[in-house]
Amino acid sequence: MALILNGDAELWAIVLLSLKVSIFAVLISALIGMPVGAALAVARFPGRRVLIVLMNALMGFPPVVVGLLVYLMLSRSGPLGVLELLYTPTAMIIAQVVLVTPIIAALTRQVVEMLAEEYSEQLRSLGVSRLASVPVLLWDARLALVTALLAGFGRAIAEVGAVIIVGGNINHVTRVMTTTIALETSKGNLALALALGAILIGIAVAVNAMVSTLSLQAEREGLRHA
Amino acid sequence: MRDLTLDMSSCLSVDGVRITRKGKSLLNVPHLALDGPGPTLILGPNGSGKSLLLRCLHGLIVSDRGQVRQDGVALNADHKARQAMVFQQPVLLRRSVAANLDFVLKRQGMPRSARKSRIEELLAEGGLDGKVRQSARSLSGGEAQRLAILRALALDPETLFLDEPTSALDPNATQMIERMILRASTRGVRIVMVTHDIGQARRLAADIVMMQGGHVVEHGAAKQVLDAPKSDAARRYLAGGLVT
Repeated sequence: MALILNGDAELWAIVLLSLKVSIFAVLISALIGMPVGAALAVARFPGRRVLIVLMNALMGFPPVVVGLLVYLMLSRSGPLGVLELLYTPTAMIIAQVVLVTPIIAALTRQVVEMLAEEYSEQLRSLGVSRLASVPVLLWDARLALVTALLAGFGRAIAEVGAVIIVGGNINHVTRVMTTTIALETSKGNLALALALGAILIGIAVAVNAMVSTLSLQAEREGLRHA
Repeated sequence: MRDLTLDMSSCLSVDGVRITRKGKSLLNVPHLALDGPGPTLILGPNGSGKSLLLRCLHGLIVSDRGQVRQDGVALNADHKARQAMVFQQPVLLRRSVAANLDFVLKRQGMPRSARKSRIEELLAEGGLDGKVRQSARSLSGGEAQRLAILRALALDPETLFLDEPTSALDPNATQMIERMILRASTRGVRIVMVTHDIGQARRLAADIVMMQGGHVVEHGAAKQVLDAPKSDAARRYLAGGLVT
């Protein structure tokens, strides 16, 4: 607790980097996942069900495997090796984007599909095409979608397997809360590990509290988070 | 003397329309012409095809066979743009009362300054002034339906379809909505409305389409259909008897 209360510089640098990486990853995932999820909710084409099943399956993809695949892509001999991103925060953001995008896309699809069902006839009556209905549905599902973002953030900030593979846990460069906890515990430095653990739990509780509040509000607005 | 050109131009007709699902005929209307000024009320028991016919007229459902025509031309996007519909359960956007109206006005390309005054006008028309910023989802059933009607009227439609808009409302709320409908009709909006409430048909209708089992069993002036129905099905329905 002393480490937290005394504002230990190293500890807070790790916390800040963790937040930066995960927030960036969630924002990028939202930019990809929300339109994809919404498009899957309103579009009708052959293979749509297969894509939905695949997207849902990707939600449970093992983080270490994602880390391995991103590592292979970014390593010197990989297709993106020339970018020299391995062992940088950018590589960690990429890995988290791969993990979080399916979550946001799948939750968006569920929420938007439910709303689209309700709005369908009304929007068609008002002359709104399927494509034009996407921004309308995304905006009207905004409360439920914020909970999807928070769920994605929860997954990103608590993730360890993928970021340790592509980030390398380099001090002052790619060391985030989860990887530091793993390292410091193995070294026997339980004080730092526990301090970071407490902060991580605090973040998890805060995120869940926000999800609950927003879900309740969304339910009151008539759109329950699926 | 009646202006035949005007009557012809506002003729909404159905020709040879059939809808069949799983081998069951849900709608079978060889011919129906709505060429009077209205309001036209479509009356009949549950499952008689009233709502289906309304959706066909509005182009929300495409029939398996036959055509809906406006001005003698197959219903197209231009025609649909001059129609609006209000549903039994009002579907309101999860936004404020004003934002629900702003949505359709903005889509019509109305500039922001004009939209503000038009919204105020519409809300006054529906007795919803003072609820501008309130969430549309928190309105009472009657208020929500009034907002849905105002949003439809904001489109400035030639034809307004209403699918049992008062079926879940108390007499006061029903009366307010009937007044709105009559005012719109007086302003020249053709009203085509589904109901199973004979009293409502008597209060509002200029002409009545009576339906049963997916068929139009009678169409004529309201007084004639209500007071001297020609078909047995209409007679039984109006007498309150069971129609099978």
